[in-house]
Amino acid sequence: MKPPVKNQRLMQGNRACVEGAMAAGCRFFAGYPITPSTEMAEILAAELPKLSGKFIQMEDEIASLAAVIGSSVAGVKSMTATSGPGFSLMQEHIGYAYMAEVPCVIVDVQRGGPSTGLPTKVAQADTMQVRWGTHGDYYAIAVAPSSVLECYEFTLRAFNLSEKYRTPVIVLMDEVVGHMRERVILPDPDQMTIIDRMKPTVPPEWYQHFEINPHFVSPMASFGEGYRYNITGLTHDPFGFPTEKPEEIKQKMDKLKNKITHNLDDIIQVRAEFMEDANIAIFAYGIVARAAREAVRMARERRIKVGLIQPLTIWPFPDQYMEHIQEQLDLIIVAELNQGQLIGEVMRVNRGKTRVSSLTRYDSELITPDQVFEKIREEK
Amino acid sequence: MPIFSEMTHKYLRAKKKFPNVWCSGCGIGTVMGAIIRAIDHLHLSRDEVVMISGIGCSSRMPVYVDFNTLHTTHGRPLAFATGVKLAKPNLKVIIVTGDGDALAIGGNHFIHACRRNIDLTTILINNSTYGMTGGQVAPTTPFMKIGTTAPYGNRERGFDISKLAMAAGAPFVARGTVYHVVQLQKLVEQAILKKGFSLVEVISQCHTLYGRLNKEGGPVEMMKWQRDHAIPISAAGKVPAEKLKDKFFTGVLWDIDFPEYCEEYDKVIALAQSLAEGEGVRVKGKERE
Ligand SMILES: Cc1ncc(C[n+]2csc(CCOP(=O)(O)OP(=O)(O)O)c2C)c(N)n1
Ligand code: SF4
Repeated sequence: MKPPVKNQRLMQGNRACVEGAMAAGCRFFAGYPITPSTEMAEILAAELPKLSGKFIQMEDEIASLAAVIGSSVAGVKSMTATSGPGFSLMQEHIGYAYMAEVPCVIVDVQRGGPSTGLPTKVAQADTMQVRWGTHGDYYAIAVAPSSVLECYEFTLRAFNLSEKYRTPVIVLMDEVVGHMRERVILPDPDQMTIIDRMKPTVPPEWYQHFEINPHFVSPMASFGEGYRYNITGLTHDPFGFPTEKPEEIKQKMDKLKNKITHNLDDIIQVRAEFMEDANIAIFAYGIVARAAREAVRMARERRIKVGLIQPLTIWPFPDQYMEHIQEQLDLIIVAELNQGQLIGEVMRVNRGKTRVSSLTRYDSELITPDQVFEKIREEK
Repeated sequence: MPIFSEMTHKYLRAKKKFPNVWCSGCGIGTVMGAIIRAIDHLHLSRDEVVMISGIGCSSRMPVYVDFNTLHTTHGRPLAFATGVKLAKPNLKVIIVTGDGDALAIGGNHFIHACRRNIDLTTILINNSTYGMTGGQVAPTTPFMKIGTTAPYGNRERGFDISKLAMAAGAPFVARGTVYHVVQLQKLVEQAILKKGFSLVEVISQCHTLYGRLNKEGGPVEMMKWQRDHAIPISAAGKVPAEKLKDKFFTGVLWDIDFPEYCEEYDKVIALAQSLAEGEGVRVKGKERE
């Protein structure tokens, strides 16, 4: 028997997610109940007031994200959590937060869709909605945990990225990751890096809420701090006033894009396992990556040179890593719980250089290690 | 464009944002003047005032005033305001919204804001139409009036906004008009001072679209109509019933006290902190969607 480890806890993914949020400094949650994310609302309704934070159940998901944005504008780190149907309703305000450059975190615990679909069953079919759900040009940041511990760590990281880049960040979970219980030892919060939004150092008369600078991220004053400025979802100038001048419009749109695309190295994280000598790769995220990991172990036992590529940030897509690694590969198997979404991205980067094969499942059950292993054997 | 006094001027982003988008003769500018005078009269600091709006002609107001201003999405300003106020209850949060913004796309947020009773001041500019998008029918357009999407006459009834707000639980409900501008300022002041959710409905004119489509004349004729159809609530009961036909009451229509949400939440915080740690209540063994 192993000796008991100190601070070890049996914890659910949804719980770990909100623990990570609170450790990151989240003190406001607005939401609307929906399976399989509801536990987060229930836990935070009980926990936030203990930290002098606030919880509110809104009338719908549109209102939930609106309240979250409002609270963040007033200076409080804020989040909401939902699943597919609610995530669809949030799209207009995800675009608003992006345009108005308001940090906030949105958790999507994916379930089967479309429509009301399968409330209690697992899926990864919101993968592309996370990327393209809101209207207009948009550069998304989304992190994708695959374990209970990662729910904690990645949610904390989502807050950090959101604060650092003044943009909404999505935590893309799924029913199994959200509901499963695992033994975890949560990291000591004092050991974790917590990032807070940059504050202006200039006097109010000089302040530009959407200042154009070489880092593309502008310092952010909160309402009530003496910097009186305007925020709007209309395309705006650096002061936040609506503009229809082509040069100002382009400047704003470039700023939004560049703050993501100029920081890809900081944002993107990929976990590569057994990739040094691999000529076959399984590309999978979230819960599927765990089945894939087991399949890789099984294949390696049989001396098949397979490795695992697990994007930990699902958006932005790890173009650069894939460009580089695909040179050594003969086959990429994309395993996902939908009818084939991420495979499009893999093929976009691949441009026909490698054979790309799809392993999908969308009958509400998980892809099993055996299925992945069989797929490797069939295709190799 | 309305003419503003020197006092009003100091609250405007005069250099940056003028001229404005409103048609000359529109009632919205007059409402803006009344709100500014109310704020000035109450000696509120500009730093503590937050003005939040949705989308529409009315909702353009925050862009022009020198407060903390948040121009949001169509129909949702009350939901944004809920977050701002909960995060910083010391801020004075004023919402400026149109009738379409507040009652059509935002109807759900409106009734829940009334019910929830957060200390928000809502100025709802009712011009009976969708101004910004060109004169379509609104949920306030009266029966058989013309809108560009009801060219044969509107077959729906308009909302009675005040009754809706009262029924939904708003503790303070008032109605004013652009014509009765002095009264309007006082109503706004009372609404700001009210601890809880307060609503001031302002009957306003959109002569450019609604007035023209319904042959109600220009701004002057439409404001005369306001003058001739408004009856002070103090006269209710004194005016014979036949004279009340087609008329509406103005003034403070409803003023009750009910615990304000932010104050209640402070009690939640105190209670949660005093109780031992415990997980939230969970409903088990039930199919949940
Ligand atoms: C989601 C969404 N739907 C529709 C619109 C288009 N739209 C802009 S303003 C408006 C109506 C505004 O009417 P109202 O709130 O009465 O304000 P007014 O312009 O009359 O002051 C509409 C439908 C929008 N901006 N967003
Ligand atoms: S369209 Fe109507 S509501 Fe809009 S600014 Fe003109 S008069 Fe006012």
